Amino acid sequence: MNPAARPLAHIGRMAIALLAALGRVAIFAGTAAGHMLRPPFYPRELGHALLHVGWLSLPVVGLTALFTGGALALQIYAGGARFNAEAVVPQIVAIGMVRELGPVLVGLMIAARVTSSIAAEIATMKVTEQIDALVTLSTHPMKYLVVPRVIAGLLTVPVLVGVGDVIGIFGGYAVAVQNLGFNPAAYLANTVDFLEPRDILSSLAKGCAFGGIATVMGCYFGMNSGRGAQGVGRATKSSVEAAAVLILAANFVLTGVFFSL
Amino acid sequence: MIVMQDVHKRFGPNRVLRGMSLEIARGSSMVIIGGSGTGKSVALKCVLGLIRPDAGRILVDGQDIRTGDRDAFLARFGMLFQGAALFDSLSVWQNVAFRLLRGSLKRPVDEARAIAIEKLRRVGLKPEVADRFPSELSGGMQKRVGLARAIAAEPEIIFFDEPTTGLDPIMAGVINDLIREIVVEMGATAMTITHDMSSVRAIADRVAMLHDGVIQWTGPVAGMDAADDPYLSQFINGRADGPIEAVR
Repeated sequence: MNPAARPLAHIGRMAIALLAALGRVAIFAGTAAGHMLRPPFYPRELGHALLHVGWLSLPVVGLTALFTGGALALQIYAGGARFNAEAVVPQIVAIGMVRELGPVLVGLMIAARVTSSIAAEIATMKVTEQIDALVTLSTHPMKYLVVPRVIAGLLTVPVLVGVGDVIGIFGGYAVAVQNLGFNPAAYLANTVDFLEPRDILSSLAKGCAFGGIATVMGCYFGMNSGRGAQGVGRATKSSVEAAAVLILAANFVLTGVFFSL
Repeated sequence: MIVMQDVHKRFGPNRVLRGMSLEIARGSSMVIIGGSGTGKSVALKCVLGLIRPDAGRILVDGQDIRTGDRDAFLARFGMLFQGAALFDSLSVWQNVAFRLLRGSLKRPVDEARAIAIEKLRRVGLKPEVADRFPSELSGGMQKRVGLARAIAAEPEIIFFDEPTTGLDPIMAGVINDLIREIVVEMGATAMTITHDMSSVRAIADRVAMLHDGVIQWTGPVAGMDAADDPYLSQFINGRADGPIEAVR
């Protein structure tokens, strides 16, 4: 090969590998979606996944949103003061949290907390032959392990995003009222008046998409992990990296879609 | 009857099975021996359909394992895994009764628990163990729980993958005796893979030696010591010198 063409060949190979990986993930997600519609169903596993993905993520999501909302209020106030626009704090906090920061931060926190835990758990099950054991016990691993977790992600992450939005707005409200001298009633009225239904809809739709991405990536890397402790570690790391990047990419695409509506 | 005909399996450049053929009669206990990495586990997983062979046929009672209802096929099998492969998130009794709590063999919870406790008792564990979690048990107890799970649905065919690995000699002897008793009592067909010769002598009716991806020797356990196969002789006597290359 011409030495000058080697970098191009390398880039080409990387692009093909990336497309192949995306294709494998898409096939995996499609297979999981197919299994969602066909029995048997495992309600006990779904209940466990709802608890793990949704309820137990509330503290970290709530704290993240609270601090972010407070910091956002301070930043907007400081920035707005440069051109006498301090009064826009309630509106910008509301729109910033609901349309952008709420879904993205919740998605990233779910990727950190849930994706990693799913990948590590399933990868450990794989290396200790528990997944083979499931098969020999006439239980399909996709139905028993993957489907409940993905459904839990699709159902609970939008709820977490909604809760995160409210807590984030409250964080901004608390800082604005306590530290910046805003009138409480006027702050709330401005917030409610400014938000539109489509802002909330876009926030929840992003939550649904991010929940699906986070859980599918955890399951995919767990089910395809290598052997031993190193395999589990690599699966966990790769799942979080992939979920975080895909969540940010999906956020960009979805924001574009909602902008165009 | 389990029949493997000219089964091949490779992983990349590594040709693990190179035309393995073996017959296991109904109700008999076959032990497959061979060094580490010779493909014993791969052979067993091929029969269960956990790994798809590249070539060859595997028949169970005359039916190709790739045809027919998969759930009905798997319902005929029980398996004890090398590391027991118990589900960490479930209690001991839920592990044992796993198959009885879901799918085609589903029973009411009380009945499934009662069967699980009976099976635990059969493998020498007290009912108090039922509500513990696998992480709270010793390696020997985990093997017993794995054995109880393997026999919980009274399968016709039971596979044992290195049943005594990681156990002290006394516990290994206990597990060997349990396996033999249970297989005879249930009239099940058993396929065990091991390189532990005390297990072979305790469990086997017949022995097959796997080397270089093919069965080098097969025959009754009683004839194993007198056989003049150099591979078998080297293996069962644990000699470093012989046709099997020993890496030092």
